[in-house]
Amino acid sequence: MKQTCLLIKSRKSKTTIRGCKVIVQLFGVFVFLIVGIFSFSIAEANDFESSIKDLGNKSRSKIKLAVKRLGNIGNPAALPALEALKDNHLQISSDGSLIILNESEDQGRYALSGNPVDLSSLTLHKPRINNSVRRVLSMAIGKLKLTSDSPQVRLQAAGQLLKMPSTDLVELVEKTLDREDNDEVRKIFILVLAKEGLKSDDKNRRLKSLNIINEFGNNDFKTDLEALLEKDDTGNFLEGDSEIRDHAAKAISTIENRQFFINQAANLFYGLSLGSILLLAALGLAITFGLMGIINMAHGEMLMLGAYATFLVQNLFREYLPGIFDWYLVIAIPISFIVSAIIGIILERTIIRHLYGRPLETLLATWGISLILIQSVRLLFGAQNVKVANPSYLSGGIEVFHGVVLPYNRIAIIMFVVFVVISIWMLLQKTSLGLQVRAVTQNREMASCMGISTHKIDMYTFGLGSGVAGLGGLALSQIGNVGPELGQLYIVDSFMVVVTGGVGKIAGTVAGALGLGILNKFLEPVAGAVLGKIIVLILIVILIQKRPQGLFAPKGRMMDN
Amino acid sequence: MIRKFIHLHSLREWLFIFTILAIATVLLPLFNILVPEESVLHVPNYMFALMGKYLCYALVALAIDLIWGYTGILSLGHGVFFSAGGYAMGMYLMRSVGKEGVYKSDLPDFMVFLDWKELPWYWYGFDSFIFTLLVILILPALFAFTFGYFAFKSRIKGVYFAIITQAMTFALMLLFFRNETGFGGNNGLTDFKRILGYSLQEPSTKMSLYIITAIILFLSYILSRYVVQSKLGRVLTAIRDAESRVMFSGYNTVHYKLFIWTLSAFLCGIAGALYVPQVGIINPSEMQPSNSIEMAIWVAVGGRGTLSGALVGAGLVNGAKSWFTVAAPDYWLYFLGTLFIVVTLYFPKGFTGIFARFNSKEKSKEST
Repeated sequence: MKQTCLLIKSRKSKTTIRGCKVIVQLFGVFVFLIVGIFSFSIAEANDFESSIKDLGNKSRSKIKLAVKRLGNIGNPAALPALEALKDNHLQISSDGSLIILNESEDQGRYALSGNPVDLSSLTLHKPRINNSVRRVLSMAIGKLKLTSDSPQVRLQAAGQLLKMPSTDLVELVEKTLDREDNDEVRKIFILVLAKEGLKSDDKNRRLKSLNIINEFGNNDFKTDLEALLEKDDTGNFLEGDSEIRDHAAKAISTIENRQFFINQAANLFYGLSLGSILLLAALGLAITFGLMGIINMAHGEMLMLGAYATFLVQNLFREYLPGIFDWYLVIAIPISFIVSAIIGIILERTIIRHLYGRPLETLLATWGISLILIQSVRLLFGAQNVKVANPSYLSGGIEVFHGVVLPYNRIAIIMFVVFVVISIWMLLQKTSLGLQVRAVTQNREMASCMGISTHKIDMYTFGLGSGVAGLGGLALSQIGNVGPELGQLYIVDSFMVVVTGGVGKIAGTVAGALGLGILNKFLEPVAGAVLGKIIVLILIVILIQKRPQGLFAPKGRMMDN
Repeated sequence: MIRKFIHLHSLREWLFIFTILAIATVLLPLFNILVPEESVLHVPNYMFALMGKYLCYALVALAIDLIWGYTGILSLGHGVFFSAGGYAMGMYLMRSVGKEGVYKSDLPDFMVFLDWKELPWYWYGFDSFIFTLLVILILPALFAFTFGYFAFKSRIKGVYFAIITQAMTFALMLLFFRNETGFGGNNGLTDFKRILGYSLQEPSTKMSLYIITAIILFLSYILSRYVVQSKLGRVLTAIRDAESRVMFSGYNTVHYKLFIWTLSAFLCGIAGALYVPQVGIINPSEMQPSNSIEMAIWVAVGGRGTLSGALVGAGLVNGAKSWFTVAAPDYWLYFLGTLFIVVTLYFPKGFTGIFARFNSKEKSKEST
């Protein structure tokens, strides 16, 4: 028993010893591996650093080699340096270190460490590169981008590749296609391969490529497809295979159809955008015209004042609250409304009130007001246009289809207009003030007899109309420059909206504004911007013949009073 | 017939009118020719071009007074008729430049510049002065007739009519701004050399144009006076004051309005045609909506519904404009804006209204 125990013991100890050995061995392997990896990565890091350094080499062939090596290593950290070299922003200081300059070339940082550098103490010169270096450069940049971890970067690189194909990169795409997990990137990769496949000798591959293009392709493929259908001088097709020609023709027509719908969708969007701006400009005009029977020629200047109010708020934020600059627009909404509303009320109290019952004189007097307002703004802010910056959340846009970008600022304006129109509608329909406004619009004398203070209603409504125009100015400041003549650009159009839509009904103004906006944008590609506008004006004049009170005229028989 | 014309004014008024006409057409030119240049009384050459311009404006004001002052229809589109006459005259002047343009071509310079090879069809005929004259007399009136026919027939009036005419001038301005329209685009027609063989640079030509303008203005004034004092004129005033009553009395107001509207455009077109050779340029900015509105204020300043007031108003406002644009260009728009407001608020009868009020006060003082 004892023996067995000993035996077991000794066995045990034996195994322990063996285990120790294994551990040591394993450890050895591990150390070896670690050292190996380390030394390998050190070697790679050294290679990376020396390659980066070589970008500033005097010899162009060395630069080319370095660029190629950087492309093969596949470390995205090389991208800034490579792109700087391509854009001529990479410079070499006298001690041989490479410096990346920013766009305006007044600040720089080291290419390797990324630390900022004081430019004033250095003498810099640019590495001399030529087109052959640039070619290698774009190749390496493309490679790095295509294998980047960020899908956006890959997408961009793939898009670039689609426009300017290069054989090496296409091979890379072919290899990485299976690993690609982002659907959008994958789609473009497939298109890149299809485009390349068109050039292949294998008929099946070409047909397959054509089918892919037929399914996903866009306008950019048209030239390639049309090349397949070209004839030589004697009238024979350059492309011998009729099946391929048929497929190509089919793909062209599919693409054209698709493009047509995309264009119409884009027109619709831009028409809505223009219409919504016209709506903001015309809404106040229509309300005051319906209420008082006067046309306010200074209404356009209320837009302009709202835009300048936005500009001032923006400047104040930039000066005093740069941390929350993006929020200036939110603050500018009430301010642009109030500024225009107050000035509108002042005008109503001092001038327009005295001209009731004389609409034509009011027209001239308000024109005089508009001249004074324009000149005052010109003297205060200068005749040049001023720029109102978009907040960061409104810059950029979404690309819904290929080549159709819907800018965020226009989308925001459309939503803003919806909000304003609903608010005005609620105000007019659901509040007692709105009830009184409608009463005065329908019959001033009667409303006055019923105890409504028509003067007060006039004042409030004029203020409201001007305030809405101020909001229109805010919206305009987000899509273009702001100048003293801003209002003049929109005033004729807003009159047209009022005339087409009729007065006294918000629905009429909405229909008029959106209709004119969309009609304008659909005519523009067909007839050109100017002729389109003229056609619209002529159509309005004809419409007025048929319906002198506008599209949404109040029902009933009315003689002029 | 002649008697009817004589009865338009009293003897004193006729004397006054003819004195002014004589001063304008005889005395001033004599002061230019006979008085030596050093003298204070010498009328310098440039005065004639300037006064010729004012007289054209006065003719426009006369035309607008007919339609607005007497009939109560405010047009914000008279710049179109003015430009129509102006462009017709400009086309004749362009054609008479011949091959002396910058490019030494038979075509007008701007066509050479646009690489056009031949004259567009609508330029044919403008080599002839008679044809041009016919176009000037007919085209603005015809256009106004067509436009007015549709507008008045569908009973567009008041503010609506004002806005529609403004849209019309705006649309045509855009059309003429295009190079492809064939009227010189942005720059319009300019660099004229001669009219009927006389050089436009010569002081004598300028003076003659001025005298012709003065005489035409005189004749137009007499014609307008005749129209507004006739029975037709009474109907027009009645339309201004209560159109529905006139309609209910059995008058077809469309005909009356259409007549005076066309006459107004006719006079305006002549004014444009006289304006172009004296100023030396016609371009689409004449059709800017703001220009047409300014024309209305000339009449308002002088006094609506008094033909003489319109003439005075055009002179006063444009004199002020000339002075301001030299002395204080920044304040011209303030002045003009204030003028619009003050005249409509406080002097609805304009300058002649102030004058009349002053006169009646004097008289009442004398009587007491």
